[in-house]
Amino acid sequence: MPLYLTALFVLLASALAALASGRGRAANLLGPLGCLLGCLLGLFAAATALFSPAPPILRLPWSVPYGAVSLTIDPLSALFLLPVFILGAAAALYGRGYLAGLAGKRHLGGHWFFFCLMVLGMALTVCATNAVFFLVSWEIMSLAPFFLICLHHEEDRVRAAARTYLFAAHLGTAFLMAFFLILGHLAGSMEFSAMARVAPDVLRPFAPALFFLALAGFGVKAGIVPLHVWLPEAHPAAPSHVSAFMSGALIKAGVYGVLRSLTFLGPLAPWMGQTLLAIGILTGVLGLLAGIGQGELKRFLAFSSIENMGIVFLGLGLGVLAAATGHPGPALLAFSGLLFHVINHALLKGLLFFGAGSVLHAVGHGFMERLGGLSKRMPFTATACVLAGAAISGLPPGNAFFGELLIYVGGGMAAMDMPLTDAVWAWTGVAGLAFIGGLSVIGFTRAMGIVFSGEPRTTDAADAQAHDPAPLMRAAMWLLGLLALGAALAAPFLFTAMLPAARLLLAGQSTALPVLPSATVNPEALLTAAAIIAFGAAVLALVLAYARSRLLAGRSVRSHGTWDCGYILPAPRMQYTASSYAEPMTVLFRRLLGEKRLFTPPEGLFPATGSSRFASETPDRVKDGFFTPLFSAVLTACDALKRFQQGNLNLYILYLLATLVILLAIALGFAP
Amino acid sequence: MTARVLAVLLPLVLAPLAFGVIHRVKARFAGRQGKPLTQIYLDIRKCLGKGATISRTTTWLFRAGPTINLAATLAALPFVPLGGLPAAVSFPGDIFVFVYLLAMGRFFTIMAALDTGSSFEGMGASREAVYSCLAEPMLFLALLALARHSGDLSLSGMLSAVSAGSWLTGAPVLALVTVALFLILLAENCRVPFDDPNTHLELTMIHEVMVLDHGGPDFAFIEYAQTLKLWIFAAVATSLLLPAASGVLAWDALWGLAGVFAAAAAVGVTESVMARLRLTRVPPLLAAAGAFAALALILVGG
Repeated sequence: MPLYLTALFVLLASALAALASGRGRAANLLGPLGCLLGCLLGLFAAATALFSPAPPILRLPWSVPYGAVSLTIDPLSALFLLPVFILGAAAALYGRGYLAGLAGKRHLGGHWFFFCLMVLGMALTVCATNAVFFLVSWEIMSLAPFFLICLHHEEDRVRAAARTYLFAAHLGTAFLMAFFLILGHLAGSMEFSAMARVAPDVLRPFAPALFFLALAGFGVKAGIVPLHVWLPEAHPAAPSHVSAFMSGALIKAGVYGVLRSLTFLGPLAPWMGQTLLAIGILTGVLGLLAGIGQGELKRFLAFSSIENMGIVFLGLGLGVLAAATGHPGPALLAFSGLLFHVINHALLKGLLFFGAGSVLHAVGHGFMERLGGLSKRMPFTATACVLAGAAISGLPPGNAFFGELLIYVGGGMAAMDMPLTDAVWAWTGVAGLAFIGGLSVIGFTRAMGIVFSGEPRTTDAADAQAHDPAPLMRAAMWLLGLLALGAALAAPFLFTAMLPAARLLLAGQSTALPVLPSATVNPEALLTAAAIIAFGAAVLALVLAYARSRLLAGRSVRSHGTWDCGYILPAPRMQYTASSYAEPMTVLFRRLLGEKRLFTPPEGLFPATGSSRFASETPDRVKDGFFTPLFSAVLTACDALKRFQQGNLNLYILYLLATLVILLAIALGFAP
Repeated sequence: MTARVLAVLLPLVLAPLAFGVIHRVKARFAGRQGKPLTQIYLDIRKCLGKGATISRTTTWLFRAGPTINLAATLAALPFVPLGGLPAAVSFPGDIFVFVYLLAMGRFFTIMAALDTGSSFEGMGASREAVYSCLAEPMLFLALLALARHSGDLSLSGMLSAVSAGSWLTGAPVLALVTVALFLILLAENCRVPFDDPNTHLELTMIHEVMVLDHGGPDFAFIEYAQTLKLWIFAAVATSLLLPAASGVLAWDALWGLAGVFAAAAAVGVTESVMARLRLTRVPPLLAAAGAFAALALILVGG
């Protein structure tokens, strides 16, 4: 605990130091340096807490009513601290390089102030064990990104995205307040420990309401469909190190919240698992289907984050369903799988956003249709992105594979053991996860293939200035890449680290807790065997590559243009584009996605140049079909209220008087 | 032990022969003599002996594609039993590792295709990605039906649990799963009616068009990996139809080989009697495979 508090103090101090050191270079040194230091300290604290038998606890009185500074680093908190501090450190490194050109042009002191505050807020959020204190930390964590997204506030797009983010964050908090008020009322205290001890009989009538309040409130942060609309707006608008932190760590706060609130809801019910599972599949599939239609790299990555949250909720749903129906073995596998996936996604998505940031930094934009061939000029970024893309699609030996494998095996065991009515859900879960995996392969081969492979499609992509990022930014990418590799290699060991947190989720259940998930499946042996085979395949690939180079040594290896079926004059614009690559999917799911096509066909026998046009875009149907009408209806309703708000002081005094008279009448009327 | 080694060694040696069987069956249907059964061995050897011409547009991804694909297919091979011969490697949950290894090979094949910047190869890559994305959930449903039927979550375990006796009790389930697996075999191996490897138009091909630019040893790797992949799916799809292990090594091996070659012949017959489907008709066919598998699952569940 002292180490953790020191880390928080360092973060706070560096936030203030950055703010005090003004707009320029000094802030861009102090801010990231302090953030890095704080995060490294915090990382150490989290790792120690993860393996300590008794969770460190701190409790201080606080003058806020019902509030107390209560902090506990239990296994679940410690696990969620890992992505916070890892990405905090990596983003600080990357951000310093990313912002170097902006020193003096933007208020970097303010930027780093809010950045440190965001890391601090999230570190507090996942450890807070008093509802009031939790909500305050939650708000610090939620408000800071608004200012970070606004870095390039002169662009309309950025301002609109920041506004959407702010609305979403606040609506989410409103649900959370209701959730904690009801729960606190039932528990008679705002302490989490009291909330977890509410008698099941008292809780039962409120459980569905509480479940959906938590799902709505935390789900907004996690980006589950249909509450995801802020994510694809905010991530592309924010500077890349901020999007990396938001996507890698911040949205995980939503997952943490759902997990934590499940421990308050007493015995889990099958319908909760089914709901979570359905939401998970929907989020995963719709997130990627929409993502496959996107033309901008960071926007696609944001949709991929939505998809990965879908995988997490899918695992959670499987686990809750299994736990609720008396199958603790599969439940434990699914829970540890989803926790593993949270860490894996943090590392990989951080790396991918850094890669996308490097493309943006080098070329100036991320529109796939105008890029191409970047791997020649940015070999490091291209290699990192392709490998991270393969890994995040769940392919072995990437780290995400091992997390998904645990969810798969949990689902497979559930599908074998459960009675038919429940097993149908498990089958759907496994098939859904496979479909999400396949979609992810489409999405990432498309994004990486179009951006980095082939020939440059436009002059800005062909610009010789495009180059790999500065050493510090590369260091941040190396850090995350090596950690991802380490996570894959240490998968069996990491599973043991996940187990206490996974057990925590099962603690409230009536079924007996097994030491290991099942007699038939030994997860450590499973992960070890899978790791040996997967890395064996990688080693085999290296051996074959060596054999290939030996075979070709001394033979003629010629360089030539792409054969292209004998067509000798290919122009870069004739290459397959991002939208043509996605076309089979957008056609297949046209009803669902509502892809819009604008086509002006060529006319006459000899159409003039430029007379024909084709464009396609995939709008967000949830946003356009639900939230936009909803908010415009709210706005219209608010307009109607203007009638009462004339700005006339006499009128307001009249309102006051009328209110007082009415209240008096009520008070007299009800008096005994 | 010998059985486990044989289950890996036989496909390594004989997989190209199964391809020869397909060609021979197709040739006989067309009234031709057909090329020698061992032609593909000669092709692979010829390619291994050649130099290479590599596009200037490409990077390491293009060269890595065939290598990684072959390595991934080889790594998936030990999970596959052969008739009565148990798989070399088997543990509960290995079906997921097995399928994802094949997906890894596919990912890098697609990346290598996109690396050339050719529209043809982009088209093939796009279709391959889409069809495999639709086929994978169906494959898992079929395997889950078997898992529930046999109570075993390993590929080898669930396949070897099927015996003549289980056909008496669970014939509908096993028949449905076999049909689903055969459809998935055709889709994953890019055979008619999903894809036609022998058309004269690159526009209409899927897998073959992705590897247009590869030559020399790279192409040998691709061809060999392709024959192995066909073997893998043929062994999985037909082992349900074979009698249980007799315990006599030679018999078990022979039955396994008969199954694989019969599946190859069935592929040849399918290719001869029907045309390739229009691309828009492919997803419904894959959905049909999924429907068979789902039906099987529900029947087991009862």
